[in-house]
Amino acid sequence: MTVAAGGTPVIEAQGLSLTFETNDGPVHALSNVDLRVDKGDFVSFIGPSGCGKTTFLRVAADLEQPSSGSIRVNGMSPAEARQKRAYGYVFQAAGLFPWRTIEANIRLPLEIMGYGQAEQRERARRVVELVELEGFEGKYPWQLSGGMQQRASIARALAFDADILLMDEPFGALDEIVRDKLNEQLLDLWRRTEKTIGFVTHSIPEAVFLSTRIVVMSPRPGRVTDVIESTLSPDDRPLHIRESRDFLEIAARVRDGLRAGLGDEL
Amino acid sequence: MRRRLASGSTVPILTIVGFIIALWYVMAVVLNAPWAYDQAGRQGVTLDFGGLVAATWSQDRPRLPAPHQVATEFWNTTIEVAPTSRRSLVHHAWITLSATLMGFVMGATLGILLAIGIVHNRAMDASVMPWVIASQTIPILAIAPMIIVVLASLGLTGLLPKAVISMYLSFFPVAVGMVKGLRSPDRILLDQMHTWNASGTQTFVKLRWPAALPYLFASLKVAVAASLVGAIIGELPTGAVAGLGARMLSGSYYGQTIQIWSALVMASILAASLVALVGLAERLTARAMGARP
Repeated sequence: MTVAAGGTPVIEAQGLSLTFETNDGPVHALSNVDLRVDKGDFVSFIGPSGCGKTTFLRVAADLEQPSSGSIRVNGMSPAEARQKRAYGYVFQAAGLFPWRTIEANIRLPLEIMGYGQAEQRERARRVVELVELEGFEGKYPWQLSGGMQQRASIARALAFDADILLMDEPFGALDEIVRDKLNEQLLDLWRRTEKTIGFVTHSIPEAVFLSTRIVVMSPRPGRVTDVIESTLSPDDRPLHIRESRDFLEIAARVRDGLRAGLGDEL
Repeated sequence: MRRRLASGSTVPILTIVGFIIALWYVMAVVLNAPWAYDQAGRQGVTLDFGGLVAATWSQDRPRLPAPHQVATEFWNTTIEVAPTSRRSLVHHAWITLSATLMGFVMGATLGILLAIGIVHNRAMDASVMPWVIASQTIPILAIAPMIIVVLASLGLTGLLPKAVISMYLSFFPVAVGMVKGLRSPDRILLDQMHTWNASGTQTFVKLRWPAALPYLFASLKVAVAASLVGAIIGELPTGAVAGLGARMLSGSYYGQTIQIWSALVMASILAASLVALVGLAERLTARAMGARP
């Protein structure tokens, strides 16, 4: 499962397992996962629910503790990486604070991290521009559409200088048209900021369209069944690339991987 | 104007008030009739219906004074006398109000502090809440005299003992409401704070406290009304010479039902005003926090 070492590893997991004890017995959310994300990668995690894709992201973010195995983020433990503010995390729901304006929401992590007022304003202005929310800084979250809220949430994760962006199905609740638009914007943003992105999704087209590498996972126990290197050029991906042969071939391989992982359950 | 009246709550409220006053007049006739018949019998006159109504609505010490009697007494003891006079209901209301406000501030503070402790400290979570609940199962009428006596033996009299009883009644809704409020933020927002490595204090100030404010105002409305009840009860067992509670007590000693009722009216006006003030503060806060109008 190790991929030819080229770049600098940003996330490195070895033999990572996580078992939740529930009333119905143990649930193996992650079982012996080996994985490596290199600097500048756009890695998607795809699989049916229960395959541990979100759990993996949460372990990397120090939101869950692994039962065994090791994981390093920027060469540190997840807890150290979190304390060094190495990553921004975008949740499935926008998670904006309802009593704060969009700008105040974006400035919240900066306030917490102790940036000065002027610097907060400047950074907020920059990321608002990046996600194209100019003119909405003074609005409250309820005044924005779902897609705009999610963009504000991404801006908030970009406002401080974390070079890793972890995104847990950020567009899962949005309709397809909005999702296409945000996918294009996200690719553009990734190219311009040169961040490393870990992206959880259950949409095959979304994963193939966005990623330089696709991690296919399967449930019970949650494990990695395939890692697919994208043959698509990262710099040139218009939306209509989804009709190209290369795109469809990768999508087919992802689909096969998902089917194989499910085995008899289908 | 007409549409505003129709859509607002003015018309329904006035209808209910009108209904209550009508029922009040009827009950005044029914309850005061035995005394009116008795008096008429002694004087050897028979009462027709008009005479009965007139007699039941104008007694000096009726079982149930008629609304206009209470209104007259209320007018005479508020507008007609100086507010500094011992005969003034305003004077007595102010004495009760000052104890109410002091007890309310003490109770709200205690309730908030208890809630913060319960939410942040596992030992307090397990140990304090049962006592908080138990404290409210003791009848306040039983414990009020003890508080007065104990504090008096420590040399504390006057305003403070009454405020302590107010506090005893008002900290409870605040504590319960704030525990719920401080625990109300979504998991996702707490996780968000965690990923930013926010300290406990930052999480409290920037997330838990603002999220709890709607719960705080809801419980403050209950607490301020309870505070007023506490202050009045605090005036009953002390033989207090001033305050709405003292007015009611002396009224009952001397059979001055009209005086009792006008004190009751004053107490309800105070309670309504206090709750309305908290409601106003709630609306202003909600607007400042960008709530959906």
